[in-house]
Amino acid sequence: MPAAAETSVARRGEAGRAGLDVRSDLHVSFEERLSGGIDLDLRSRVDLYYGESIRQQVRSALQTLGVKHARIEIIDEGALPFVIAARVEAAVRRAGLGQDKSALPEAVALPAPSARDRLRRSRLYLPGNEPKYFINAGLHGPDAIILDLEDSVHCAEKDAARILVRNALRAVDFVAAERMVRINQLPVGLADLEEIVPQAPDLILIPKVETPEQVSDVVGVMESIAKRSGATRPIWLMPILESALGIENAFAIAKASDRTAALTVGLEDYTADLGVAKTPGGTESLYARMRVANAAHAAHVQAIDSVYGDGADSDGLLRWGQASRAMGFEGMGCIHPIQIEIIHRAFAPTPSELEKALNIVAAYEDAQAHGLGVVSLGSKMIDAPVVQRALKLVARARQVGLVAEQTGAVGAES
Amino acid sequence: MSAGVASGLITNAIGRRVPTLVNGREQVPYQGVDGYRPAGRKAGPPVRSNSDYPTNGDKRVPDLETALRLCGLRDGMTISNHHHLRNGDLVALGALQTAARMGVKDLVWFPSASFPCHEPVIELMKSGAVHHIEGSMNGPLGDYCSHGHMHGLGVLRSHGGRWQAVQDGEVHIDIAVIAAPTADYFGNADGSHGKSACGSLGFALADSIYADRVIVVTDNPVPFPCIPWQIQGNNVDYVVEVDSIGDPSKIVSGTTQITRSPDRLRISELVARFLRDSGIMRDGFSFQAGAGGIALAFVDYLAHMMKAANVKASFVRGGSTKYLVDLLQEGLIGYILDGQTFDLDAVRSIASNPRHVPTSPFTSYNFHGKGNFASMVDAAVLGATEVDVHFNANVVTHSDGRLLHGIGGWQNCLFAGCTILAVPSFRDRIPVIVDEVTTVTGPGELIDVIVTERGIAINSKRRDLLDAVKGKGLPIRPIQEIKAEVEKICGGKPAKPRLLDNPVAVVKWVDGTVLDTVWQVVDDNPYAPKVSGAE
Repeated sequence: MPAAAETSVARRGEAGRAGLDVRSDLHVSFEERLSGGIDLDLRSRVDLYYGESIRQQVRSALQTLGVKHARIEIIDEGALPFVIAARVEAAVRRAGLGQDKSALPEAVALPAPSARDRLRRSRLYLPGNEPKYFINAGLHGPDAIILDLEDSVHCAEKDAARILVRNALRAVDFVAAERMVRINQLPVGLADLEEIVPQAPDLILIPKVETPEQVSDVVGVMESIAKRSGATRPIWLMPILESALGIENAFAIAKASDRTAALTVGLEDYTADLGVAKTPGGTESLYARMRVANAAHAAHVQAIDSVYGDGADSDGLLRWGQASRAMGFEGMGCIHPIQIEIIHRAFAPTPSELEKALNIVAAYEDAQAHGLGVVSLGSKMIDAPVVQRALKLVARARQVGLVAEQTGAVGAES
Repeated sequence: MSAGVASGLITNAIGRRVPTLVNGREQVPYQGVDGYRPAGRKAGPPVRSNSDYPTNGDKRVPDLETALRLCGLRDGMTISNHHHLRNGDLVALGALQTAARMGVKDLVWFPSASFPCHEPVIELMKSGAVHHIEGSMNGPLGDYCSHGHMHGLGVLRSHGGRWQAVQDGEVHIDIAVIAAPTADYFGNADGSHGKSACGSLGFALADSIYADRVIVVTDNPVPFPCIPWQIQGNNVDYVVEVDSIGDPSKIVSGTTQITRSPDRLRISELVARFLRDSGIMRDGFSFQAGAGGIALAFVDYLAHMMKAANVKASFVRGGSTKYLVDLLQEGLIGYILDGQTFDLDAVRSIASNPRHVPTSPFTSYNFHGKGNFASMVDAAVLGATEVDVHFNANVVTHSDGRLLHGIGGWQNCLFAGCTILAVPSFRDRIPVIVDEVTTVTGPGELIDVIVTERGIAINSKRRDLLDAVKGKGLPIRPIQEIKAEVEKICGGKPAKPRLLDNPVAVVKWVDGTVLDTVWQVVDDNPYAPKVSGAE
């Protein structure tokens, strides 16, 4: 413990968490010194295995951040290197040092850029300041993960979380999941974008959007950051409508930018805005969800549903997801990895739908091959929109492995 | 310090340096899974005469001290206890403390396992009443031994190995003190009834048969005959009635909960899918399952798959819990062959369901016999603290070399048709998949499959399993690839802990040969997490 008060104003900063109930994180306590170099006190659960490596990493991070003399105390609960880098940087920045500098962790290879209309059935929420959930998130097979900087992060931890999320985008392999980030509302979200955009997330969720201008503002900021950093990878947008006004402006918001790939709805805030209770049946939000689905389709973007809040009720989740698909949504959020598989089941076409669609597609291909303009199945003529829907359904079924790639035959479930 | 109790280090068949002399006894180094053949006849207790026992069968004496005195307690004796009362046990400590009060020295304590509640045995070792422990050591006892404070060398045996050691005369029990949740005055005893009910008493069976003297201690005396009896009164010398043999809340858990950890659930699901897709899950199959988080969840996934495929298991071996009991009642499994009874539902079941059968290490695990149940099981799902690229696994020490767990039935279960280790690939930042395990507890040639959250590695010796799951969509990967991925995530290979060249314990193989040595640790990480022992 510091024994006596300093005579001059010492610059101090702390970041991260330690304690018996904490795993995969660390607490960093930083104090600037005028001389004497780096005085590092490390207490780590993994000292025997990685003590030297941690000491080296911390010293090199401090050097990158331009810190020459400091006392730094670390209690480490087995944090991975990208977390250590983030907490050291957060503590230094909170001390008012290291501005405009970043102690970036070693990067893993970026996945292929994500397509505008890629599969987005499930997106797994990861609280942005809880590193222990990051490393294995992709293994659970969600179509996307969301590193959340908004509601799951305490307002006093926004700065630390955005550094951690930035490092995770760079250093964590999320396997096949699309890498999404939910930023804060502007103006807090501006600082989020500064850290996040250069690390090439695939999609950014903008919370509490009520007007198309809010989307344009985010786009403007993203473009100027991308220009500075030279990034060219596409970053898609998914505005979240969470108020009565946002719902009313759904179509204009969906059309506000050609970067927008999907439109979604946040029901906790929406029901609060209406002053009504959020019920398991969801009658109170039916209009909002239908409006979002319709606006999204009108704007040719994906309609994505909210989350199902009861992680233990898998039957309720399955019913909600099936109803959601029937309304025109293409996916929803997950609050626990066990929801992923259930959501994928809910958004899969039923065997009879698939069989019908495959027959229509076969008839369509047959007609094409014979140069016929009219598609018919048995004695019935098939309308063009029905053919289009069948083609889309079969294409999606192919993507999720329900239809074998070449033969077109219905595949067995894994 | 334990200097001088181990000597003549030589390298055994699995490349580990082991002592040839342990606590004054000559040892046989490990010679391979099937390399060693025993000779001679089994040990036996002295012949007794009815003339020396009450004709009315009433063997009660007023207290434990009287019983110990009548048993001829003296310096250097070996006192045994069982661990069915787990962390609620009061009898083992009571027996050792009573003996200490009576002034004896240098006892060898031979429990079937120890728990954190046995921490006060450290004081008895410091005072000289207890010389050393031959049995599993966890938590504070494990730390005490790991730091080289014990006068003798620890000897770690599997449950089957403990029976083997007693049966073969490697360990001679002078006095067995058996905690009994129910007993009559003749000494017939059972574990499935009474306020301290714990289910099976199988771990005490060898002690009751082979010890020179046997004391039964109960807090639930019943009139003769105690029905059912798992311990036969005909082997018992004295019966002591006490107010309490243990704390029921720590003997069995209320309801064992399935894990909610997404990573553990993923591992559990992969284990179940492997059993299904490899064809091991078929009508009439059998499996072994424990009470750990992954084991419980894997049984849950497997049960759903069994229902979907309309498949029933003929029997299940293992620690029993509510989840197994539910499957038994639903008719999904034919029998539970129970080695340890973990929760209240399982205790009720073993007391009332004739298809829920108590077993012993003799029937389930003993390697020096004419077969055992563990090897007849189609699949066993076990844990480990470390697994190496040769599939060797460690369950007894932490990666830093400190004693962490007993072997339990783990070694014995390796003989199953398919042995699966279900482990995370790393814990916090500590890799579980490593180049070489700290302590070999099980040889890789008996370990067939490693299931981690990052994929499934199959031992190349099991071509049949590799072929069986080909094209089934399971994430099958070489173990080296998983190890390399883990090292990348953790920021490189972990440094090897510094250990002193002083043995503090040995790990026995199921045949009594010495498989590996546990070395004294250097206490240089006060921030290392405190581990609590279990099983």
